[in-house]
Amino acid sequence: MHIKEEQVERHVLAVLVDNEAGILARIAGMFTARGYNIESLTVADISADHAISRITIATNGPPHVIEQIIAQLDRLVPVHSVRDLTEAGPHVQRELALVKVAGKGENRIEAMRLADVYRARVVDATTESFVFEITGAPDKIQTFVGLMREVGLVEVGRTGVVAIGRGPDSA
Amino acid sequence: MAEKSGAEILVQTLLDLGVDTVFGYPGGAVLPIYDALYDHPKIKHILVRHEQAATHAAEGYARATGKPGVVLVTSGPGATNAVTGITDALMDSIPMVVITGQVATNLIGSDAFQEADTVGITRHCTKHNYLVKQPSELAGVLTEAFHIATQGRPGPVVVDIPKNVQVAAAEFSSHNGLKNSRYQPQVDGDFKAINEAAEMIMQAKAPILYTGGGIINSGPKASETLRQLAELLGAPVTSTLMGLGAFPASSDQWLGMLGMHGTYEANMAMNRADLVVCLGARFDDRITGRLDAFSPNSKKIHVDIDRSSVNKTVRVDLPVIGDVGRVMEQLLAVLKGRKFNAPDYEEWWSRIKGWRATDCLAFPESKTEIMPQLAIRKLWEATHERDPIITTEVGQHQMWAAQHFDFEKPNKWLTSGGLGTMGYGLPAAIGAQLGDPDALVIDIAGEASIQMNIQELATASQYRLPVKIFIVNNEYMGMVRQWQELTYESRYSNSYSDSLPDFIKLAESYGWTGILIDEPAELEAGITKMIETDGPVLVDCRVAKLANCFPMIPSGASHTEMLLTPEDVKGTMDDNAKALV
Ligand SMILES: Cc1ncc(C[n+]2csc(CCOP(=O)(O)OP(=O)(O)O)c2C)c(N)n1
Ligand SMILES: [Mg+2]
Repeated sequence: MHIKEEQVERHVLAVLVDNEAGILARIAGMFTARGYNIESLTVADISADHAISRITIATNGPPHVIEQIIAQLDRLVPVHSVRDLTEAGPHVQRELALVKVAGKGENRIEAMRLADVYRARVVDATTESFVFEITGAPDKIQTFVGLMREVGLVEVGRTGVVAIGRGPDSA
Repeated sequence: MAEKSGAEILVQTLLDLGVDTVFGYPGGAVLPIYDALYDHPKIKHILVRHEQAATHAAEGYARATGKPGVVLVTSGPGATNAVTGITDALMDSIPMVVITGQVATNLIGSDAFQEADTVGITRHCTKHNYLVKQPSELAGVLTEAFHIATQGRPGPVVVDIPKNVQVAAAEFSSHNGLKNSRYQPQVDGDFKAINEAAEMIMQAKAPILYTGGGIINSGPKASETLRQLAELLGAPVTSTLMGLGAFPASSDQWLGMLGMHGTYEANMAMNRADLVVCLGARFDDRITGRLDAFSPNSKKIHVDIDRSSVNKTVRVDLPVIGDVGRVMEQLLAVLKGRKFNAPDYEEWWSRIKGWRATDCLAFPESKTEIMPQLAIRKLWEATHERDPIITTEVGQHQMWAAQHFDFEKPNKWLTSGGLGTMGYGLPAAIGAQLGDPDALVIDIAGEASIQMNIQELATASQYRLPVKIFIVNNEYMGMVRQWQELTYESRYSNSYSDSLPDFIKLAESYGWTGILIDEPAELEAGITKMIETDGPVLVDCRVAKLANCFPMIPSGASHTEMLLTPEDVKGTMDDNAKALV
């Protein structure tokens, strides 16, 4: 007997929740308990009175699993709304990364040149290293980090994706 | 405003919320609450003998009365002992509020004595849970906890209260009701969906009503509405294990339970129907059998209060989100408004009649041994006029009870369905008896299961509860043995109930009456004696040791591949089937 894998798609969900103790564990734990994937998860409070947080979850799964993920999130008591941005239509996805490269000579010049092309900003520099700050869609960051690997990547920190729908309406 | 201690606030709030019974067990981290209870005789505290039993008793109480069950246990081991019953309540959608003591807030995280991360441990076996850090939050949290436990799809809610929060004071004034709760589940069905459902019903030639525990949870009125709906439709009705009693077994339209140990006619009708109307059930794997062969030619309507139940395992054509009782009322109104006149479904009923003719619940007779099925039928014959409340443990006896004990009313059948928890029946019977003191309450038990919470004999004695236990004693974990016969060529690995106690003496040592039924000739008299004896009675009914429960849909098989008799058993299975639960 072998265990079969199913075709998956990537979805980005915007979840509005009460900003209360344990909410992150509740959400992340629901994903592990039910065997769902989390590609990235970001959270920060977004309302003037700090009562509501917005969680952006990038996940993947077959369509019927995505449907379940949304329903399961929605039934958690502190969850106010769940919106599937991927399903809802055009939206903007952004992620920020800090990328450290070290090296001298040709590698250093190449790193600088690539950073320029990818509109990464230098936020720290020594004679033998840079820290770049780059924002963009996840795949742009992915590509940039891949290129930096070839010219002396030391470490990278990524925020995970945040996303918002285009147009005047709110999630 | 006067200040009160957290413990006082808690007890006062429970009173405000109408709580009259609490199942619990004391310990260091709840001593302040126990001290507060000392002054409030209006709340009846039932001292169980193990915290798991407190949770099952609360479930039994809830299931028999429709009110939420309330549990009070200490931190650490008290809370972890309660976890099984909390999970059981989650799986079977039973309203329950569990109050757990916790170490003082300044000690949390320090591995203090009897500290356990109760909120963490119970996060996934509760509908919601709380750690209360200020006595001022207690009344609000408790009120919301009861609201969440009882509204929407019911379930267990844990409120973890550190000891210093029980001792510290806060301002408190008695208040009722909850303003602006953030939890407001949808009760009414969407009007468009109801109309569409009516349309589908009007078109059906072979419809079936597939009902579940949601109807019981919705309240007795929902069972009434189901009867009206079924009458108007003239369609056959089947039910899950959890839904038994919502529809009267004496009705001509009743097909019996469906699923793994359901009747041939119920499963065949599900398979051949052109419309399945699922009312408060959730297409559980014990119901569907092999998913790709489940009711292949039907359109499906699914009425459920929990959106996550829709399309979870079986894709349906029309979901209707709402309280099933309310949605059935809406549907009735629309059908009547459209002057719906049910066709006689003559062809459909004639096919059903054919399936019924297999007489799938028939069992072999024996002169020398008591057949377990016969024991259940005799129990039914002797008691059904008194509308008894039946609880069960888990195993063959549970399935035989579901098959052979006919229910006419809701809230009379209390069993652990989703989790299948051995040890549920006795504490649940205790809870049910407290909720309905005049009822005849019988736990139909297995000799293995009953030992899992046998200590509760003492609880029944202490509170003078006339609970009856009817042990269907086959000296085996019969259901395990049955699966070993089906799957593992009868290699009986650890399924024999060795070193059984003398149940009669055991019962007597707790102040119960013990009755031994050893032979077919003693069966009826033994049952009569059980009913006529005041106080708690334990019956040890020795039945045929190797009888198996049929019909059965083996794991991985479809509704049409039922095993009807022992002759159908092959004794082995392929790995795919072995891997299924
Ligand atoms: C707590 C728990 N442990 C294990 C099981 C697995 N299990 C299901 S039925 C069963 C045997 C029950 O034996 P008994 O109570 O004698 O009932 P019978 O099947 O013989 O009627 C077991 C071990 C379970 N359901 N619950
Ligand atoms: Mg047994």
